[in-house]
Amino acid sequence: MDDTDRQILNTMQGEFPICDRPFLVMAERLGLGEEELIARIARMRREGILTRFGPLYHADRMGGRFTLAAMSVPTEDFERVANVVNALSEVAHNYEREHALNMWFVIATETPAQTPEVIARIEAETGYPVYPMPKEKEYFVELRLRA
Amino acid sequence: MIDPIDRQIILATQSGLPLVAEPYRAVAESLGLEPQEVQSRMQRMLDSGRIRRIGAVPNHYALGYTANGMSVWDVPDDAVDALGEQIGKLEFVSHCYRRPRHLPDWPYNLFAMLHGHDRSEVERQAQIVADLLGPANRGHQVLFSKRILKKTGLRLNA
Repeated sequence: MDDTDRQILNTMQGEFPICDRPFLVMAERLGLGEEELIARIARMRREGILTRFGPLYHADRMGGRFTLAAMSVPTEDFERVANVVNALSEVAHNYEREHALNMWFVIATETPAQTPEVIARIEAETGYPVYPMPKEKEYFVELRLRA
Repeated sequence: MIDPIDRQIILATQSGLPLVAEPYRAVAESLGLEPQEVQSRMQRMLDSGRIRRIGAVPNHYALGYTANGMSVWDVPDDAVDALGEQIGKLEFVSHCYRRPRHLPDWPYNLFAMLHGHDRSEVERQAQIVADLLGPANRGHQVLFSKRILKKTGLRLNA
């Protein structure tokens, strides 16, 4: 990653235009050629510096739901439970965290009604209670990191 | 429910835009739509907030942000909204939400995700949040991530 890559990352985390030649518009702003910009983004995508390049959809504005949920899982049963939870396509993220509630995952469903069904299935298949922590209010969501 | 053509566009772009000079035309061609229609529908989704933003989604580990802490705070219900707005404005906070308590085990109602290059940076960030909350902070914890078990994001199924 060089300074140009960093500049691309720092200026392109939003505001990618919707027009016929969006890379050209951004390239001119960055003082680069259109082809070079596309090649650099493709390279950063291949190298895993970018997880994605494109639109970030807002699930609940489309009728879907993201629900954070937590479980307390004994160490000796952790891998089994992680496999059960991860196997569900509705589980978008799952993190192990340092706390008595040590498994934290996000359930993403296309309609709100599906969320309790997924929770019931996880409880039935794992044998542990799930603590749903749906957001009641969003104050801020914006992951903008300095490269 | 999602309009069927919007849904096709979402399915075609949720993993990313084609990295070509005319990405919206490429999406349109793959779906048998007019390029202008793809652009106007995506613009509408952006204007209405169904698309949060369009651009690069960096892997924060690759950028050196290897420590992330979910900070959770117990603040009075009548103060949480005003405080949540303030905490959300801090530059190192990526997500800030009010969530339900699960008493007695879980008294926390305000969540702020912190990102740093190491654990001590995240701890300093938590201290800044604590200072900002002042006496409204009746207890807090920072839950560091130990391991990513899964990460895919929302996927509509075709």
